[in-house]
Amino acid sequence: MVIAATKIKQKGKTAPLQNQKNRLAIVVSKGTIDMLYPAFVLATTAPTMGMEVDLYFTFWGLRILTKKGVKSAKIGSVGNPGLPMPNILGMLPGMTALASGMMKKKIEKYWPTIPEMIKMIKKSGGRIHACSPTMGFMGVKEEDLIPEVDDIVGASTFLEWASDPETVTLFI
Amino acid sequence: METRINADLILDQQGLLCPMPIINAENAISGLNAGQIMEVLCTDPGSKSDFNAWSRRRGHTILSRSEEGSPTVYKFYIEKGG
Repeated sequence: MVIAATKIKQKGKTAPLQNQKNRLAIVVSKGTIDMLYPAFVLATTAPTMGMEVDLYFTFWGLRILTKKGVKSAKIGSVGNPGLPMPNILGMLPGMTALASGMMKKKIEKYWPTIPEMIKMIKKSGGRIHACSPTMGFMGVKEEDLIPEVDDIVGASTFLEWASDPETVTLFI
Repeated sequence: METRINADLILDQQGLLCPMPIINAENAISGLNAGQIMEVLCTDPGSKSDFNAWSRRRGHTILSRSEEGSPTVYKFYIEKGG
């Protein structure tokens, strides 16, 4: 079945190109791979749509920006109704690691790893920001951060990006 | 009726899932000149909508799209915009 270009119609409405937003700003607040990947998939795709990217890492999200934390992202099993196991089991010791291992293997058949995605975001011009208060109360020092981090910023900086009408803002 | 289009570049993305086909397409099309044509093969069902959205944002034109076989292979001919 061949569909001619003129017949390809899209569901839903899209604003004219000149009125579309050109920047994506995401608060990344979780450090488990089920929460990191949705943010990273959008952040790696945004440049292909002509959008700039700013990622603001806070709370458990910030751990992924540390040299120790960047390789240790796991899937959260407690309070995650999407996992194929009774939820109460998620509270047992070792369950997060077990669920992560199974899912991570499957995910990495299709997607780059989190460290690879961080490199992709940087390569396409995206910016990675560390949350200064999180660093303070988690005891993370500037030298603990991976070299891909552009700067250390606070809430006002994020709100300035978010107040720009050309920016899409998400909290994940 | 089968449309015959000669592609300048063929990008096989069968077996890959969103967002990889689009990311790879973006990289691949950057090596073409405006007016040249890229053929893309995908099995991700989301690619049908995603290649439309990507082409609109980037000013490329989808000359034709076909769906064949089982599992379905989506084939796009995309003309690079100027």
